[in-house]
Amino acid sequence: MTVLARTYRWRMALLAAAVAAGVLLWLRQWNQGLVLTGMSRDVAWGLYIGQFTFFVGVAASAVTVVLPYYLHAWKAFGRVVILGEMLAIASVVVAMLFVFVDLGRPDRLLNVLLHPSPSSLMFWDLLALAGYLALNVILARAALAGPPAAWTRVMALISIPWAVSIHTITAFLYAGLAGRPFWLTAAMAPRFLASAFAAGPALLILLCRAFRYDAGEEALRKLRLVMTYAMTANVFLALMEVFTAFYSGIPEQAAHYSPWTWLSGGLAAAALAMALGRSRYAPAAVFASLAIDKGVVLIPAGFIPSPEGAVTPYIPTALELGIVLAIWCAGALLVTVLFRIAIAARQAEAG
Amino acid sequence: MKITRQAFLALLAATVRAFSKPRRMAMAIDLGKCWKDHGCTRCVQACHAAHNVPQIPDRRREIKWIWKERFENAFGEENAGPAVAGAPVPLLCNHCEHPECVKVCPTGATWKRESDGLVMMDEHRCIGCRYCMAACPYGARSFDWSDPRPFLRAIDPAYPTRAKGVVEKCTFCSERLARGGQPACVEVCPFKAMVFGDAADPSSAVAQLLQARHAFRRKPELGAGPNVFYLLDVGQDGILRGDWQSPRAPIANRRADCQSAPQGHREGA
Amino acid sequence: MSERGIIAAGIALFLAGACFPFWRDAATPPRPLVLPLPAGERLCVAPVAYMRASHGDLLLAWRDRVVRSGERVFTAPDGRVRELSLVRTCLGCHQKAEFCDRCHQYTAVAPECWSCHVDPRSPR
Repeated sequence: MTVLARTYRWRMALLAAAVAAGVLLWLRQWNQGLVLTGMSRDVAWGLYIGQFTFFVGVAASAVTVVLPYYLHAWKAFGRVVILGEMLAIASVVVAMLFVFVDLGRPDRLLNVLLHPSPSSLMFWDLLALAGYLALNVILARAALAGPPAAWTRVMALISIPWAVSIHTITAFLYAGLAGRPFWLTAAMAPRFLASAFAAGPALLILLCRAFRYDAGEEALRKLRLVMTYAMTANVFLALMEVFTAFYSGIPEQAAHYSPWTWLSGGLAAAALAMALGRSRYAPAAVFASLAIDKGVVLIPAGFIPSPEGAVTPYIPTALELGIVLAIWCAGALLVTVLFRIAIAARQAEAG
Repeated sequence: MKITRQAFLALLAATVRAFSKPRRMAMAIDLGKCWKDHGCTRCVQACHAAHNVPQIPDRRREIKWIWKERFENAFGEENAGPAVAGAPVPLLCNHCEHPECVKVCPTGATWKRESDGLVMMDEHRCIGCRYCMAACPYGARSFDWSDPRPFLRAIDPAYPTRAKGVVEKCTFCSERLARGGQPACVEVCPFKAMVFGDAADPSSAVAQLLQARHAFRRKPELGAGPNVFYLLDVGQDGILRGDWQSPRAPIANRRADCQSAPQGHREGA
Repeated sequence: MSERGIIAAGIALFLAGACFPFWRDAATPPRPLVLPLPAGERLCVAPVAYMRASHGDLLLAWRDRVVRSGERVFTAPDGRVRELSLVRTCLGCHQKAEFCDRCHQYTAVAPECWSCHVDPRSPR
């Protein structure tokens, strides 16, 4: 028990140190400008917005455990719902951090609220994410106290369409841009939801393993099922995109498929194969492949080539990677704290 | 009811404003005239000097309000036949009728001015999210990745610079229009290739030009309604004609003025 | 010393240190700042008392009028039509280095305006 406590403390200290280093890196970026990243006039968004997109998906995936439990009384998820909500909280915070570090003038962030622009999806995304965070904090707090009360159930039911909408709105950020043919597809929101519903349960499974938390055989089996079906849908939708782009023969459509897109697609297909084969490493493979596909490749691919046909490669700088890593560590810290609270509460309940 | 003179005048002014027809500022660029000197960049230099636009050597972080792009990049490979491929075309913000950038801006830092249709930019409000850059189908916007001042050889104090972290773009010289002038690029063009004015006013030069000659725009199918039009002289037999020569011809062959240029080949003329 | 004594001493020390600027100024009052006024101009665009207290608000209002409403001119209290411009109207009379900057340094205020707007007397 003492050994566990010591390594736990070391790990937390390491995470905290990484976060502190990230803050220092960000201060350098604040001082000198986003020139310290790999973004350019042609590739205006990069890793930061990619990771934001990915983690909004992970946050939305809480619905995969909330819906069966609250709407269909899937008792098997009883020990996992609270973890889903905790993960949602941490993911929304991480997503918001990624937007914050991407802004040229984060000190003016309040302008989004002071001067509301209803035609802008980014405005609605901020509102939706903030509301979702609040919803999950309230729900998690209530779930910690014990079995769900009537009002908790109502809030949980509200969180279901809300979860779907946060990721749909995020997809709309890209899918409504007439000038970006790679993103201008109705399949964007369904693809986003499918990949979110694969990555979220995958991460939940991994976290249960990491925290040595027994969510129950039934729950884990169902989580793997959701992950596999969702990943199948995701790969299927991606293949649909490929067909449209290449069969139509429109040069602009096919131009955005670079070796990186093919690589990330290949990784996703491999992860799907592992999931279908019920490999023990499937959750890790699914999560990693989607973190790459959505979190790294999707955003720069929309910008390359540019509207004038220019190919400006996007290579993240060390500082950029450092800040991304630091935000991951902040998320890990948050998830650790929240999960330990949840697990302790569940154990106290059981004991 | 008695009304004060001041109140009456204020009312009058408001009424005039409410009922005066909004203008639709547009620009027509005659490529035939522009190509008389295909190495000329006077419009770019004038604009960038007047607005303290920095010269950043790293192409990835360059800031440009107006620039010259090859024909096939401006209008698409499929539109660039052998006669025009490689020709330099001046590109700038199109001040669209339905601007994508305005739609997506989360703070209203960019908006379309009702009185004259200019797509304005408020660098005081911009949070630097670069959503407008993602949305613009024409690549017209630039971002200050770092403090631009070190890259300014000379600062014109009559106009502000920008600071790091905001987006900037062509403004159709709103400050010059307010004084009854024309945009800097239009004024400086030695061949008078650029015509600027109120396209909604049938008597304006630009409206008449667009009535008389075939004009094309960049990516009109996207529905953004760009207000920068390009003119290219086409003879009755479909052969590009005019007193311009192949863009690849040496500059020494250029003729100084375009007095003898055939104006507006209409059908049957 | 008892715990309470140590805590009380600590609090007293902290308060003394935190209030250092106040009793230092009480001991030696700082010299009042005398700013050179522009020669030949009797009136600013608003009364002096208002300008002293609220020229920041005035400039923000001017900014919104120019940038967002497209207004370029206004009528000053003396009846003259002036331009709504920090650089051309304000700095047309006042010298930034001798007037604006000195008071800003004295009061430890760093307005953001100068990161973009340019003092015509020192364009760099």
